[in-house]
This record gives sequence, C-alpha cells and structure tokens, in this order.
Amino acid sequence: MTAKLQLRIIVGILLFVGVGLTAFKHLELGFPLLPGTKETVWTAEAHVSFRATGEPVRVTLSLPVNTNNLLVVDHSTAGRGFGFHIEEEGRARKGVWQTRNPSGEYSLYYRARVYRGGLPDLINALDAPASPEKPVFSQAEGESADSILAEAYEFSADNEGLALRLVQSLTAQEPTPAVLALIGENPSRHVRVNAALRLMHSAGIPAERVRGILLEERKNSSRLTDLLAIWNGEGWHVIDFDNAQVGLPELFLPWQFGGDALYEIEGGVDSSIRFSVIADQISGRHAAVTYNTEIGSSLIDFSILSLPVEAQNAFATLLLIPIGALVVVVLRNIVGLRTSGTFMPILIALVFVQTELLTGLVLFLIVVSSGLVIRGYLTSLNLLLVPRIAAVLVVVITLYIALSVIGFRLGISEALSVTFFPMIIISWTIERMSVLVEEEGMKEVFLQGGGSLLTAVIAYLVMTNRYISYWTFEFPELLLVGLAIILVIGQYTGYRLSELRRFEPLARKD
Amino acid sequence: MLGLATPRQLAKAGIVGMNRRNVELIAQNNPRHLYPLVDDKLQTKKLAEENGLDTPALIGVVRLTGQIKEVHDFLKPHPQFVIKPARGSGGKGILVISGREGDDYVKPSGSLIGFEAVARHINNTLSGLYSLGGKPDVAMIETMVDFDPIFDRFTFEGVPDIRVIVYKGFPVMAMTRLSTAASDGKANLHQGAVGVGLDIATGKALRAVQNGTPITQHPDTGANLAEINVPHWENLVRLSARCQAASGLGYLGADIVLDKSEGPLVLELNARPGLAIQIANGTGMAGRIDRVEQLIARDNPPEDAVWRANWSMKHLAAI
Repeated sequence: MTAKLQLRIIVGILLFVGVGLTAFKHLELGFPLLPGTKETVWTAEAHVSFRATGEPVRVTLSLPVNTNNLLVVDHSTAGRGFGFHIEEEGRARKGVWQTRNPSGEYSLYYRARVYRGGLPDLINALDAPASPEKPVFSQAEGESADSILAEAYEFSADNEGLALRLVQSLTAQEPTPAVLALIGENPSRHVRVNAALRLMHSAGIPAERVRGILLEERKNSSRLTDLLAIWNGEGWHVIDFDNAQVGLPELFLPWQFGGDALYEIEGGVDSSIRFSVIADQISGRHAAVTYNTEIGSSLIDFSILSLPVEAQNAFATLLLIPIGALVVVVLRNIVGLRTSGTFMPILIALVFVQTELLTGLVLFLIVVSSGLVIRGYLTSLNLLLVPRIAAVLVVVITLYIALSVIGFRLGISEALSVTFFPMIIISWTIERMSVLVEEEGMKEVFLQGGGSLLTAVIAYLVMTNRYISYWTFEFPELLLVGLAIILVIGQYTGYRLSELRRFEPLARKD
Repeated sequence: MLGLATPRQLAKAGIVGMNRRNVELIAQNNPRHLYPLVDDKLQTKKLAEENGLDTPALIGVVRLTGQIKEVHDFLKPHPQFVIKPARGSGGKGILVISGREGDDYVKPSGSLIGFEAVARHINNTLSGLYSLGGKPDVAMIETMVDFDPIFDRFTFEGVPDIRVIVYKGFPVMAMTRLSTAASDGKANLHQGAVGVGLDIATGKALRAVQNGTPITQHPDTGANLAEINVPHWENLVRLSARCQAASGLGYLGADIVLDKSEGPLVLELNARPGLAIQIANGTGMAGRIDRVEQLIARDNPPEDAVWRANWSMKHLAAI
C-alpha cells in the first residue's frame, strides 16, 4: 500500500511539473503548442536621404524602443562610407552616422526586427520631468486656449482627466469656436498634438510628444503617428489621439519620445525620412526562441536550445526514444504483444526513421531471414555461445556488404542504407530467434518476430509523427509526463487485451 | 463477441492476468535473492535434500573437465541415471541412460552410445552449451525416475509431470501436462501439449485443453482424459506445500513426477509459473488466492505445510 501511495505521489509530482512547465512555456514564453504556428514579425526600417554640402556630416536618428508588447531585436544599419554608433541620452536612444568627406546624395538605413512580447514599458520608467515652460500664445490664441482649458478643467479631476478632455475637444467632430480659432479647420494630427502639448504646458502639466509607427498584424505599414504622453504626478501616461484612450496601443512602436526632432542632419540639405514596416510570418517556435534568448529567459539558457546545433539534433533523436519505450510498454503490458528483445523494436524503429519504412522493413526481413538460415546451420556445429554469436556477427556484416554491393549494382541504392541497422542488435535478434525456433518452434518465432516488427512499425509511426517530434523536442519536460504514464502502467494489474482473447473460453463458461 | 471477453467477465471468472501475476503475485511474494535457489537445479536439489523433500537422488556432480574421465568408473554402480545441466532451460541437454550393455550405455530409445558420447555431452554441458546465456555450467547426475505407468496411456513420448501452484504455502491449483505428437514430445502447452486440470482435492481430471480448446481424448493415444486419476494425491499436494516452506517463495510452481516405487518426487521449482493452468482447470485462480488471503488475515493459520495442504484440499476445490 505504501508503495502504491508513493507511486501516486511521484506520478502526481511528475504530472504537475511536466504539464506545468509546458503550460508555462506556452503561456508565458510564447512557445506554440502546435507545430507550424505562425507569428508575425516586423522589419521596421527608417530611410534618411539627403544631399551633402561637402562639410563633415553627422546624422542623428531617434531609435525605436521596447514596449510592453513589442521587443526590438537585432537591428542593422546601412550607409556606405558612414560610421555608426548608438548614443544613449537618458530617455532616448539615438543612432549617429558620421562621415568626414561626403559629396552628393546619400541614403542611410536603419533596420530593426520587432517581435511580439516585450520588457517593462520604458516610457513608464522614465524620470519625473521638470515643470514645463509656459508656451507663448498670441492674444487671440491665448483667449481660445484659456477657454478650452477652463472647459476641460471643469470636466476633469486630475491631470489625466484634463488631458483626456483636451484631446476630446481637439478631436471633436464639431469643434467649438475656441478650438477652431486655435487650430483651424481639419488640422493635421501633428497640429492637434502640438496644440494639446501647448495647452498642457500652459496648464503647468508636463507633457511630451511620442512618435512612432502603428504596426499591423500581417500587414505592411509606414505611417508615423503622434501620441501624447502626460505626467500625472507619478508616471508617464500615453494618450492615443484616435480614440482618446489612455495607454500605449498594443502594436505601437515608439520611435521618438519628447520634443526633439526625429532626426537631425549637420552638413546636409534637402533631407527627408521615410519609414516602412514589413510584416513577415515566421514560425512561432523560432520567434519564441529568439525572443526568449534576447531577454535571457533562464528556462532557455538551461535548456537543450542553448546547446550547439549538432547536439540539439542529437537530442531531437534521443528524445524520441522515450516515446518508443512508451509504445513498447503500452503494446506489451496493455495490449499484450510479444516481442523478441524488450527494446529491440525501438532501435529498429530508429533505423526505419533513417531508411524510410518500406526500405527498412524489406532490408530487415532479408538480413534476419538469411541470418537465420545461416545460424540454423551453425546450430548443427554445436558451437559455444560467444563464438556462435561472434560468427553470426561476421555473417551479418558479410550480408550487409553483399546486400549493399548487389543492390548498388542493380541500381537499388536503397540497399545501401542497410548499414543503418545496428549489427550487434541484429546479431542478437538472429541468435534469439534461432534459439526460439529450436525451443518453441516456428510459430513462436513468427509470433514474436511479427510482434517485434509490428511494435517497431507503430513506434516508427508515432516517433515520426509531426506533432510528437515537435512536442518531444520543444517541450522536453513532457518526458516527465511520459515517465508518469510508464510508472502508472508499471503497477497496472488489469488484463491485457490479448488476455481477453486468451481467457475467453473461461468467461464463456459462466 | 468476436471471441473476446470483456475485462468484467474475466474478473467475474476470477482470472489472474499476466500483469497481476507479475505485480502482485511474483513481485510481492518472491524476493529476488531466492531466484537462484530455483534457477540453479543443483541448489534446488540441495535445498530439497536438506528439507527432506523427496526428489530423484543426486548421484554426483561434474564441475571440471578434468573430472570427466573418472565418470565412467564412478557410474559403474549406477546402471540407470540422468545427466542434466544445472542451469538448463526448456529441457535442453538432458541425457537419459536407462541401462548398460557391456561398456556401452543404453538410451531409452534402445540405441547404444559409447562413453565418449557421454563424455562429450558432459563437456558440452560444462562449457555452457545448454545453459541460459551460455554461462559455464555444471553437470548433475541423478537417478532416473522410474515413471509410474499410470500415465502411459495418456502421453505421447515425453515425461508427464504435475504442476502445482503453491500460494503462501497453500497449493491452489494443479494440472498435468501431456506431450503430444504436435508438441514434439515436449510438455509445453503453447506448442500443442495437452493440459489437464486436476481437482486439487482428489487429483482427478477436471477438464483437458489443447491449444485453448477443450478436448476429451488424447489426440495421439486416444485415451479418455477424464479417466486420469493421479495416485498418491494427498502426498503429492503435501509435498508441493513443503516446497514453499523450503524455498521461501510465496508464489511457486512445483513440478512433481510420480515414481513407480517412491511416489511423488520434486523435479523442479519455478519462481514464475505461468497462467495457462487456469485454462486447463477451466477456472480462474483469483478466487482461491483471495480465499487464502482471507484465511491468513482472519484465522492466523499454522505454518505447518501438511495442515495447509489439507486445508487446501478441503476448501479450495469448490471455489
């Protein structure tokens, strides 16, 4: 009873850890549960072009920053003849291109890959700002501004509410005369944000412009959008002008924070900047690995994924073996299939993975049956065990050579893959089957041999299943679940399927 | 349906399945360290002799190749004997000599072999030709069983033995295995030998099966199998119960043969007896095992093997 209880506890723990880790990797780290799940990844590009005046050129460009929802990884730049470095100035990251002796037209590119999922919001983490300078309004503007502010002040309780109310009046379908007077009819968004900033500043509330690109799922985009960030006394809050909502839109990639220009050029004229965003569909699994490697998730750092690629490939195969073992356990203890050699079918199944099923089956049958014939002769020589198996081993290798050469000569190149079969295992299989012929008769050999092959084929089908191989490799913690199942079957005392047939006459009697 | 029973039907019939046998009967009752006692027939033999269990007497053991040349003289006083490997499997490597003609040895078939053939057989045995895993072995020489002729009508060649399953000292089920032409003289049920379930109380045939199908006559000799009535039955059952006390195995298969003059003799013990005995008996073993467990839990029965054998014969046959 205690053994049973212990087993239950162990199984419970294994299931909890295995399923828990899998769920964590799926839900938190974004590993997709199904293979082939696609995830959108954006390539955002800023393209600055200008004409050099002949003096040394220095181009400064604000760079995109991470948000709660987006992560900027592996960026690259292009600009022939320019040196590039990144300057971090407090809240802003800026890319700087420099060159000494330019002439003619230039194009500079900054490119960044943007993945979903991100770090804590950088904008929120910014320091408290100094009190803003009061903007200067003309007489007429001043009156309009006062009236708009007064109205907004009336309908709000704090800075955030005030800002929201301002945004609402500035974007209203039917603007009040005061708003019309301040920003005119059908103003651009830029003008609206400017007006909002000035109004906030004149009310003594720190506010900044946030410029960036609104990315779209599965779509390219290139529109630079302005948002308003205000200081509510404790932190920065972003207000979306489109719908007057608080908070950064989910797919907004901030490129510039604050009033400074998006880019500055010394030594160049006729400059322009263009943005473009290309949305790619990449495998969700790849996205998750890149993303978690980037943020240094320890679950990735201490996983198979941190190993060199060859080692990863080796484990991709190794991790299939427990699946084969599970298949063998189920077939032997639940179904009641008899196999020759407990785990021989797994090794044969692994060979099938390399040779393809049909080729593998044909080669296996040829090698084992010709081996059995020769081994049958060795029996009559009364050899001792070890020399006998050694002799079988030599025979097996001879068979490999013969099969390969004859097959190759006949133009059947598949025959060459016979070398994938592990010789020792094949030799032992032949030895065991031959003893079986002597002791139990041919029928038993066909039963056990057939059982082994059937097990190998089922194990092969399971192991090569796209989902199974994906899960075993991406979620190795599922091994624990497999272990739990094996342990449970290990104490299964019920009937095997084959026994329903074997003991059927006894049940009929009642 | 489709020749399949439901698990519920099997459970109702009290069938013990392979998994339950392995997990509950073998793993919980047969400590691993006792296995060598029954896997090595020489150890079994010593165990039997120490505990006074009747068994074919051990004449001698050949352990070294150098001893083989002495065997001829050593065997002079024993016209009949059997040479077997201590760790043989499946009846391989057993040489029976039923008499002498001058310096030659007579096999039961009547053919004569010289001492060289006997020596070669012993040599092969020593070098592990017949042993499990090909390990070096020893050759046991024991007295030949003079089989009780009671079975002559019921078997085609081969040696009829009686298998008794003993659970915690209580003999729970018995059968005899009769070789047939189809089984090539071997007493192996899945090779086509006939299994005859024996009433644990009386030793009378209950039911006979070949390849899982009930039969009434021996397929080769035509004898009516229902007439089997094993003599010395009480002694045989008690002997099987004493095997448990001697070996310490809680789930045990005792293979017993009947000698014309000496009665029941233990031939072999088995720590992993199979389940085909249920088919031969036409009934499951679980009910009897549960009854034994119930008795042990409730009534604290004496350890005495004879008491347990008597109790089994009295109480288990009806279950």
